[in-house]
Amino acid sequence: MKVPYSYFIVAVFAIITLSGCHTVQNAATLATSVGTTTGVIDTQQAAAIQKSVAALAKTFEDFTPEQQYYIGRSVGAVVLSRYKPYQNDQINQYINLLGQTLAQASDMPEIFNGYHFLVLDSADINAFATPSGLVFVTRGMLECCQTEDALAAVLAHEIAHIQLKHGLQAINRERITYALTTTATEGAKAFGSQELAEMTKNFEDSIMNITSTMINNGYSRAFEYQADQSAVVILRRIGYDPHALVEMLMAMGKHLKPGGADFAKTHPSPQSRIEKIEKLTGSYKKVAVVEQRQARFLRMIKRL
Amino acid sequence: MFNLKIVLTGIIFVSLMAIPCFAPAAETILTVQVKESQMRTTPSFLGKIVTRVFYTERVTLLEDRGAWKRVSKGRAQGWIHASALTARKIVLRSGKTNVRTGVASGELALAGKGFNAQLEAEFRNKNQLDFTQVDRMEKITIRSEQMESFLKEGLIVPPQEGDL
Repeated sequence: MKVPYSYFIVAVFAIITLSGCHTVQNAATLATSVGTTTGVIDTQQAAAIQKSVAALAKTFEDFTPEQQYYIGRSVGAVVLSRYKPYQNDQINQYINLLGQTLAQASDMPEIFNGYHFLVLDSADINAFATPSGLVFVTRGMLECCQTEDALAAVLAHEIAHIQLKHGLQAINRERITYALTTTATEGAKAFGSQELAEMTKNFEDSIMNITSTMINNGYSRAFEYQADQSAVVILRRIGYDPHALVEMLMAMGKHLKPGGADFAKTHPSPQSRIEKIEKLTGSYKKVAVVEQRQARFLRMIKRL
Repeated sequence: MFNLKIVLTGIIFVSLMAIPCFAPAAETILTVQVKESQMRTTPSFLGKIVTRVFYTERVTLLEDRGAWKRVSKGRAQGWIHASALTARKIVLRSGKTNVRTGVASGELALAGKGFNAQLEAEFRNKNQLDFTQVDRMEKITIRSEQMESFLKEGLIVPPQEGDL
């Protein structure tokens, strides 16, 4: 039997319409897209990331945004009990201008209480990000950056840790279950004293899970590479040169002291990260210095 | 060769089928998942603010452009960034209800318990932590216009589509 052309046309039209619709819906529901459109990650990698995120969704994702906010604030307070803030309003304003602008260009520009950045007064080479959107960068880390693009790369990497929810994933699963399933006392604004003690202990242990991972042990290598990938996406999208991430890692490689308690301990070697990044960006090319941008960057760095 | 009638019928039929995807027949309700966000006249952070929306408020989806959603709240209509919204319902709940049994799947419960200001206070006292710097840090907010001039002054230009 000969099928008329007209049926064929209808069928093709149907497929195009319906599959187009399907794609739109998918695109809308994927909250964690890390930039398949930019070609930085291929679809297979994206699928793997989405799959792993979905598998974990029943656990840490069940914290409300407000609970994540309180977790992050306490993590921030612990960081600030170990490092003093660098008291210089101009440099902190500058790092917020840069950081908050980068966050706005990311896939998750909005977070419960916004992104906020602070310089820590330490020669260590380090940076931390809390699940609530607080980002800390040491003076030592700033000194590894030779351009604003390089500093943008550091901040984009930290923003990526927040968006990929790496901090929350450090919390022990039983603690999460406990926090999400305990009953409340009827009519009571406050917890009963016994419950409160237990809840506080659980909260405290959860915070310690995050801070010990972040400060002492470091995330997995896989998380660090993922954060680098997302950082490349953010940098490209806004108009910074992603090769700046490589440049910063080269400088860091020279400054890091083997056996140091900072990035040397908690991160994969700069060389291994550079190799992975170059797969996304192509071989390293020196970052072009834009005069006006460099002038304002140097004005800030001079204040350290 | 082409049977115009069949083609047209087919097109109309398929278009009707596709309607629910572009204009949802059943209303889609989204919940604000950030402390405060803005509904804007255009799908951009530079768009003029129509109104403010707050945590747990519900809005109705009118149009979906991926990263930006056009929504309505009461008589107000405008664009909100997708990251400020969730398809999950956030339930404000106090009392005896067990979170595990009292909340349907797909809902997030703001149970009487959970990690909140009271636990933060306990944690702070027990560990003698100081939140002053955290509070100060959270106050540093950059406005969209400041971001615009920061980008302009630094000659930071996003790549044109197709460059990537």
